[in-house]
Amino acid sequence: MNNLMSMETVIEATYLIATALFILSLKWLSSPTTARRGVFAGEAGMVLAIAGTLLHHGIVDYKWIAIALVLGTVIGIPLGNVQMTAVPQRTALSHAFGALCVTLVGTAEFYLRAPNIAPFMMAVLSMEVILGSLTFTGSLMAAGKLQEILPQRPITYKGQNFVNLALLACAVGIGIILVMHPDQMKLFPAMIIIPLIFGVMLVIPIGGADMPTVISLLNSYAGLSAAAMGFVLNSKLLIIAGALDGSSGLILSVIMSKAMNRSFTNVLFGGFGQIQTSGGGAAKEAPPVRSATPEEAAAILAAASKVVIVPGYGMAVAQAQHKVREMYDALTKRGVEVTFGIHPVAGRMPGHMNVLLAEADIPYDKLLEMDQVNGDIPQTDVALVIGANDVTNPAARSDTSSPIYGMPILDVDKARTVMVIKRSMAAGFAGIDNPLYYLDKTLMLFGDAKNFVSSIVKDLSGGG
Amino acid sequence: MKLDLITSLYVFMLAAFIGFEIIRRVSPLLHTPLMSLTNALDAIAVVGAIILAGEHKMGASPKDSLAAVLGTIAIVAATSNIVGGFIITDRMLKMFKSSGPKKP
Repeated sequence: MNNLMSMETVIEATYLIATALFILSLKWLSSPTTARRGVFAGEAGMVLAIAGTLLHHGIVDYKWIAIALVLGTVIGIPLGNVQMTAVPQRTALSHAFGALCVTLVGTAEFYLRAPNIAPFMMAVLSMEVILGSLTFTGSLMAAGKLQEILPQRPITYKGQNFVNLALLACAVGIGIILVMHPDQMKLFPAMIIIPLIFGVMLVIPIGGADMPTVISLLNSYAGLSAAAMGFVLNSKLLIIAGALDGSSGLILSVIMSKAMNRSFTNVLFGGFGQIQTSGGGAAKEAPPVRSATPEEAAAILAAASKVVIVPGYGMAVAQAQHKVREMYDALTKRGVEVTFGIHPVAGRMPGHMNVLLAEADIPYDKLLEMDQVNGDIPQTDVALVIGANDVTNPAARSDTSSPIYGMPILDVDKARTVMVIKRSMAAGFAGIDNPLYYLDKTLMLFGDAKNFVSSIVKDLSGGG
Repeated sequence: MKLDLITSLYVFMLAAFIGFEIIRRVSPLLHTPLMSLTNALDAIAVVGAIILAGEHKMGASPKDSLAAVLGTIAIVAATSNIVGGFIITDRMLKMFKSSGPKKP
């Protein structure tokens, strides 16, 4: 008995140390200089906690645990080595896996304990299972959309919000019935299946531009369901890890919604597509635009002393980031001060654009946040927009009828010269016309981002 | 049992506050690695799955079999998150370089 007690103490100690390491891990992530230490702390905590758990005296069968750990590792390694452009879908997929784990454990716990489950316990168990299963399918849908297996366009239909709310209400209702009558075991499968459907329905109407918010929100749900699992299993470690993950997801969702000037409810129930079609209005005769060749663009860039580059997801789609780095090098060598203005929603998940540029070896201290850049733009000679559209649209500042009115933007129109690399004059992702293109100081650079930038680079290094 | 739940609620609340304070300080530069790291840490749910799978012998009773099967699948899912999450986070963070010390 004594021996058993001390083993329990050892296990609890590993959990306690793991918790501390997890908190330190996130704390060290605050700066790029200490961030890798943070990953190490997280890994150490994880290994410690798993080792501690394996010491658990109640474990009678190690065979399946070992097989599962190996299989999970085999699946995890390729998922850790995807391309950087694929990180958003990988992240969505891992939210799905996390939610799957939580839902399965919750289901097993229910059938092991039913019908003798105290009301509070049943309430957290319901929360665990509902959040877990809706996050599972919702994240799979998000991953499918990001991977472009599923159509990226928002799919909307009449009465969609009503259907969704009704589904959620059903699931919660069943949860409440089970809290009061935990012996109604037949109801339990419905409490999994309905949220599974709800998760699909929730993500169907959401378009690609809203993915950063949705991923963050699903991240938050995954965290909260894990915390609920912690309550069920009475594991403080899991409660804390879940709470950290949940609050992280929530903070990111708030930042993302603010960056798009939309509320959560608007993202979830608005369906950007609906607003666009009504906001489009009658097609007007397009005013003339000025365009320029790569040679002209290179000459203007070389003559500038301060350049801000505003990259958007289009740059990543064109795989132009490495050419952009070459351009950055060529300009820096000529003494031009080059910085990058990163809008919070650039890319397909929070911070995605920074990762893509860092991958192309652009130093992170040149990657500036929107507020920093907007302060500098009036003193900037050239603002070069590559593959970004809506985040530079001045209509968001001035045109109250614009669907993106009020969204914080990068004020590139305040630079002395604006250059926009774009395939054609076709409207951007959200289908909104951009008055920036018709300004006198704007030069349109028509072409594929990668080819155009490489022509500029050739000119900068050749004409030198 | 009652007391455990209350303590758990306190723990949850304090952890949520700590989470908010720490994560608010993370630079937007690192929001993608932040999400993949919290995701990996969240997969600590594997400890619950391990106990579930380990305490119940496959075939001992229908309930035991169910718990063992679901627990085993849950371990696979969580482990793939742990391994994949840490690998990709580290890969991303390795790429962030400052312009200060110029490499040749």
